[in-house]
Amino acid sequence: MDYKAFRQDIRAWLEANCPASMRTPAKQEEQVWGGRNIKFPSPDAKLWFERCVEKGYCVPDWPVEYGGAGFDTEQTRIFKSEMRKLGCRAPQVNLGIWMSGPAILEFGTEEQKREHLPKIARGEIRWCQGYSEPGAGSDLAGLQTRAVADGDDFIINGSKIWTSYADESDWIYCLVRTDPDAPKRDGITFLLFDMASAGVEAKPIELITGERHFCQTFFDNVRVPQKNALGVINQGWTVAKRVLEFERNMMSDLGSETGSNVEPREAALHYIGKDNNGAISDVILRDAIARHEIQKRAFDVTQQRMIDEFTNGAGNMNTALIFKYCGTEEEKRKFELLLKIMGEQGLGWRDHQHFTESELNTTIEWMGAKTHTIAGGTSEIQLNIIAKRALGLPGVLS
Amino acid sequence: MTLAFNEEQRTLKDTAREFARNQSPVESFRQLRGGAVTEGFSTDIWQSMIELGWTGMTFPEAYGGFDFGYMGLAGCMEELGHTLVASPLLSSVVLSGSAILFAGTEEQKQTLLPQIVSGEKRIALACDEGFHHQPTAISATAVKEGDTFLLNGSKARVIDGLSADLFIVAVRTTGNAGDTNGISLLLLDASTPGISIEKTSLVDSRNYARLTFNNVCIPASHLLGEMHNGFAALDKALDRGRICLAAEMFGGIQEIFDRTVQYLKERKQFGVLIGTFQALQHRAAHMYTEIEMCKSILMLALDAVEKDSGNAPQLISAAKAKISETYELVSNEATQMHGGIGVTDELDIGLFLKRARMSAELLGSARFHFSRYATLEGF
Repeated sequence: MDYKAFRQDIRAWLEANCPASMRTPAKQEEQVWGGRNIKFPSPDAKLWFERCVEKGYCVPDWPVEYGGAGFDTEQTRIFKSEMRKLGCRAPQVNLGIWMSGPAILEFGTEEQKREHLPKIARGEIRWCQGYSEPGAGSDLAGLQTRAVADGDDFIINGSKIWTSYADESDWIYCLVRTDPDAPKRDGITFLLFDMASAGVEAKPIELITGERHFCQTFFDNVRVPQKNALGVINQGWTVAKRVLEFERNMMSDLGSETGSNVEPREAALHYIGKDNNGAISDVILRDAIARHEIQKRAFDVTQQRMIDEFTNGAGNMNTALIFKYCGTEEEKRKFELLLKIMGEQGLGWRDHQHFTESELNTTIEWMGAKTHTIAGGTSEIQLNIIAKRALGLPGVLS
Repeated sequence: MTLAFNEEQRTLKDTAREFARNQSPVESFRQLRGGAVTEGFSTDIWQSMIELGWTGMTFPEAYGGFDFGYMGLAGCMEELGHTLVASPLLSSVVLSGSAILFAGTEEQKQTLLPQIVSGEKRIALACDEGFHHQPTAISATAVKEGDTFLLNGSKARVIDGLSADLFIVAVRTTGNAGDTNGISLLLLDASTPGISIEKTSLVDSRNYARLTFNNVCIPASHLLGEMHNGFAALDKALDRGRICLAAEMFGGIQEIFDRTVQYLKERKQFGVLIGTFQALQHRAAHMYTEIEMCKSILMLALDAVEKDSGNAPQLISAAKAKISETYELVSNEATQMHGGIGVTDELDIGLFLKRARMSAELLGSARFHFSRYATLEGF
């Protein structure tokens, strides 16, 4: 494979096909979520989406027969890096792309792959995740939503919480208890079903940000074919853990994907100003900005370092355990820093007269960052995992 | 960009690990600590390092070196940090050697570098004056009169200054303290009349000196580099020192972290291993993440040094700042988690705690490097 030529081809294609208005960071309302009721914020967004779907670029590393572009790891890396260089927006965002799709690729039957993957690749079905429950947060394996066999079907009863965009999603991948007598991890099944099924109801929950993306979802005698289980019945925990890894990987680079593009150093020059030597005039905040940037630089190259270590024959997978914790904790620190830098301008609430769009967004993202150290396994759960797997400490809760 | 040691560098690092463990364990440092040896390091160990070729790693072959690079030397420094090995690698080879390499005339390089490599001469860099590392704040003056410089002033924290044969002295030949312009480098024989060399005892029990110059006469030919324009070479040499010191510190961090995690798996209280307590598990896991960050920034900076990239200075500052803060964290936590025994002289942790603070201060504290990073990055 001539990767250099490949890179040139990708760049040329992106330059020719990605509309100029799709090369700026997408605000939340500008993202294209796939699904039965797909909506496009602009004609350019539609054009960009359609061009990418045609080439399989929404899921570049998936096999062509399932709607992907069939890229190998290096090609995918190059593709993503060229997208980043041009600042291209993701043509489609969908939990199917990040989570259920990769899980189906890994654990699905051929029939399941053919049924679900092309629809995800083409943005026809939007997915949501049914993991947490009101009584099962960090102790996810303690979940109680019941699925009772009834002929070839399961009958599901219970409730899920923090199901993002459940009210707008078409399908759910859901953890249900199929064997209440087994040890808690051994009685769980990973089930896929249509949110349009009778007995499913999703109610949005308002967060501190004012957003209503998270829902509580209720299942009242929902009938789902048993063949919709992904992987083996009662062994869904294996699939669930793998999907959590996808989620953590995704969340650890949230900052670079959808995060604010306001960098503390630029904000400081604007909101604080410089001294006569051209330095940010508040030395304490200046130090804090330097500290943040150094941590970010270290974080940004850690993946590369891991790859280099493996290439040179001295790699260690444990390094990967730090990404979710470090990425989301640093993101939180960054927004706290931005608030200190911005003063009143970082605390505006829906006041479009006295605050810019970017200022209001930063405030919302400051609050939003709080969810990232909770969702997908809290920071404390991440530390448990590190203590157990990387350090081999005894008696870690899990 | 390569952020991992290659096979050759790893082999060298393995040699250094064996050497440190077998020839110079922490116990050897304890023996030196009493102060019976003026040098503050073992001359036998130093001789072995010379024989292993570590003194020539960073110099071109033309000057008696092996051109092996900083990545390789830093790997050795990291291993030496594991057992607190004291040696003039940092002072003579890295700081002084690179100052000569960056600033010296062909003749100076031909003469001095092979002497550093062979160990025939040990050279110390005299730069700091105040309580803090601030290499532009130079007040010691050298006035040129005919064929000689007349040197007056003082220097502090000269690493291995008690036993150096030769000093490289950063002096002010024009301008005011704080200016980068007007700094010159002079080579000064330690036996020159008018120098007073005084030992400074610091917590890490190594070799530090204060120098006082009282009308010291130095031949004009002993100018190293350009008159008034010595700062660029000085700063570049200091940077080589900073990154190698950071590598040594990183070794110390890993050593005490590993010892602490081990202790959590051995020590019992309330009838259980203390490592089962989540209060300690989380603090240990957090340290693990910080250490991984240190490794990334260290390798990133070393890669930049190896390529002599334009952004090497800020990445070196990034690494020195991050590693200084992390060494502080890990040495404090190591002490605390060991409990009562952690504050005894018998346990080695205290020796690392002392070295952690000293090495954080040497060649620029985290604060110094945050500020330098920001300046270099234009904010």
